[in-house]
Amino acid sequence: MSADSTPSKETAGAADGGPTGARSAAGTELIRFDHVTKRFGTNTVLDSLDFTVSSGKHVTLIGPSGSGKTTILRLLMTLLKPDEGTIKVGGEYLTHEEKGGKLVPAGEKHVREVRKNIGMVFQQFNLFPNMKVLRNITEAPVHVLGLDKDAAEERARDLLELVGLTEHLDKYPNQLSGGQQQRVAIARALAMRPQVLLLDEVTSALDPELVAGVLDVLRDIAHTTDITMLCVTHEMNFARDISDDVLMFDAGRVIESGAPEKIFTEPEHERTREFLSAVL
Amino acid sequence: MNNWSWSYVGEIMPDILKGLWITIQATFYGSLVAFALGLVWALLLRSPSRWVTWPVSIVVEFIRNTPLLVQLFFLFFVLPGWGLTFAPLTTGVIGLGLHYSTYTSEVYRAGIDGVPPGQWEAATALSLPRRRTWTAVILPQAFRRVVPALGNYVIAMFKDTPLLAGITVADMLFQANSISATTFDYLEPITVVGILFVVISYPTSLLLRALERRLVR
Amino acid sequence: MTSALWELFFKGLWITVQLMVYSAALAAVVAFGIGLSRTSRLWIVRFLSGVYVEFFRGTSALVLMFWLFFALPLLGWQLAGIWAGTLALGLSYGAYGSEIVRGALQAVPAAQREAAVALNFTPWQRLRKVLLPQAVPEMMPPFNNLLIELLKGTALASLLSIGELTFQAKLARLSTGQSAQVYGIILVLYFAVAFVVTRIMRLLERRAKASVGRAVPKGEGWFSRKLPVEKQGPEALATGGKP
Repeated sequence: MSADSTPSKETAGAADGGPTGARSAAGTELIRFDHVTKRFGTNTVLDSLDFTVSSGKHVTLIGPSGSGKTTILRLLMTLLKPDEGTIKVGGEYLTHEEKGGKLVPAGEKHVREVRKNIGMVFQQFNLFPNMKVLRNITEAPVHVLGLDKDAAEERARDLLELVGLTEHLDKYPNQLSGGQQQRVAIARALAMRPQVLLLDEVTSALDPELVAGVLDVLRDIAHTTDITMLCVTHEMNFARDISDDVLMFDAGRVIESGAPEKIFTEPEHERTREFLSAVL
Repeated sequence: MNNWSWSYVGEIMPDILKGLWITIQATFYGSLVAFALGLVWALLLRSPSRWVTWPVSIVVEFIRNTPLLVQLFFLFFVLPGWGLTFAPLTTGVIGLGLHYSTYTSEVYRAGIDGVPPGQWEAATALSLPRRRTWTAVILPQAFRRVVPALGNYVIAMFKDTPLLAGITVADMLFQANSISATTFDYLEPITVVGILFVVISYPTSLLLRALERRLVR
Repeated sequence: MTSALWELFFKGLWITVQLMVYSAALAAVVAFGIGLSRTSRLWIVRFLSGVYVEFFRGTSALVLMFWLFFALPLLGWQLAGIWAGTLALGLSYGAYGSEIVRGALQAVPAAQREAAVALNFTPWQRLRKVLLPQAVPEMMPPFNNLLIELLKGTALASLLSIGELTFQAKLARLSTGQSAQVYGIILVLYFAVAFVVTRIMRLLERRAKASVGRAVPKGEGWFSRKLPVEKQGPEALATGGKP
């Protein structure tokens, strides 16, 4: 893998300039949740949640199912709207905008400007079945970022090389294995050159023998780029490998956080110990 | 420019309601024919012999893929030549019922096929007799899926009854037309008939949807 | 049957086909326009398109045709018979078609829309690039059924004295008195058109599916037309449009 095929900040194209202007330097605050509450019916999934993620960090969310981890990713991707509180990405409100000194729900245009900085890989891959592999990757760069077709295809080929699928670019998604589809989905998300990559249980839907290939690709990206990652996973070894921080969730709140060595070896909280002994 | 006249509407209402009664009768008897004949087609099509299923499926496909109006003309003008003379309404009921039986047969088929194969296997495992399997296991489950679908075809038949005006059945459209032919004022009669159809079929379809929600769970 | 009668039939058949094509074109426009409106974010658009669908599905196509031909002129618009027929068939079958469009759009997995959001497509791009290409192949079989229903509906135009097949049959019956033969022949002609339409639609379905990388199913049965269990429309109705 050559250095310039990696989707790092340094190689980010001109099309990446968003409302946030220049990309924030490593270590500055990139994502901020302020008193975010999300309910489904009477079930409160996130309860006045506060947390921040610094630029370039790899953060893993762990916790029992139903603890609200995936909800955080879906809120960041604007697939859900918070019931209370605000979310900021790169200093900009995500689902709100300031008008006349007041916060109002954001319009589609504002949301799209901020959302440009975020990419997501889904549990079920969600490739577009009506497009071949190459077009799955080039479609958004061409029609959303305004890249010309050749540049987008070159970018796509580089990314396919990164995920090791160069020979499959002319196939439809349903002709690929789950692991291959997920690697294409990773390439598709990276082609947008997001500052933040959201990974939502990306190996949960895969057959066991295909998991390693996908995790290797992600490890590679984590170690060679400075893209910010927010990761929900049950693969604890993977989490230990790539994470700068691990957040333990329970009942809609962060009950413990810290470096992976600390969380995995000497957790402080009883619930964390229970959870880890169940999954490790 | 003709202006809407409510008093004219009042004058024509009795005749149109007379037509409505004929429309309802045609729908009712037509439904009975369609329900019964559809079941006959459905059972014949389940026959193990191709000598039965082939001719039946050809007949069913032919009736289903050709216009009801032409079928009505066929019955109306051809049957008397074969010595079968019916009142126009009877001919209309036969035509309507025959045409829609090719749709209801599909409803029965889907209803029976929709019962999970595990149900047949469970009945076999319990050594239930064949008759008991049908009456106690399969049909009650098929029933839930069949009833709302049949109801929808009743509404469709209701909306197709104006075709019977083409063979001189004095339904609503026929009444509206003959009123208009003497007054030369088509606006009110045909508008009233069109709206009556909506006013009757829309609430009926709402009822059916409610029924479907209760039956199909 | 003399050759003059056959000439009459083929003249009628030609007008029947024209009437079907015009009405189908109008119905397609209505189906997509109304079907998409029913998924709008604005409640007023959803409401008005819902009223349209319920009204035109609730009334009788023949009564609508009579109204357009006989009553509309009294309000100042005179329509030629074939256009009254086209309008009545297009507007009412378009209402049924809109339910097909809506149902097929709703059948596209929600995850596909989410993936398109994650790639920051605009709502219009999501529809055009992701949702419609996946929904259209699913619409083909029910559109085939609808097209056959529409073909059968063109016979209604004979009651407005439009010279299509059924009307020519009436002339032939009056001049020859051979009802059985005349109506037998035109029933077969209608059946033949329905068969051709079905074959064409199957071909289009195969193409649509192949273009989105889907396996192409083999034809089932000799007529290869699958009926919906309900003529009224898919069960999506029962839920009032909510998934």
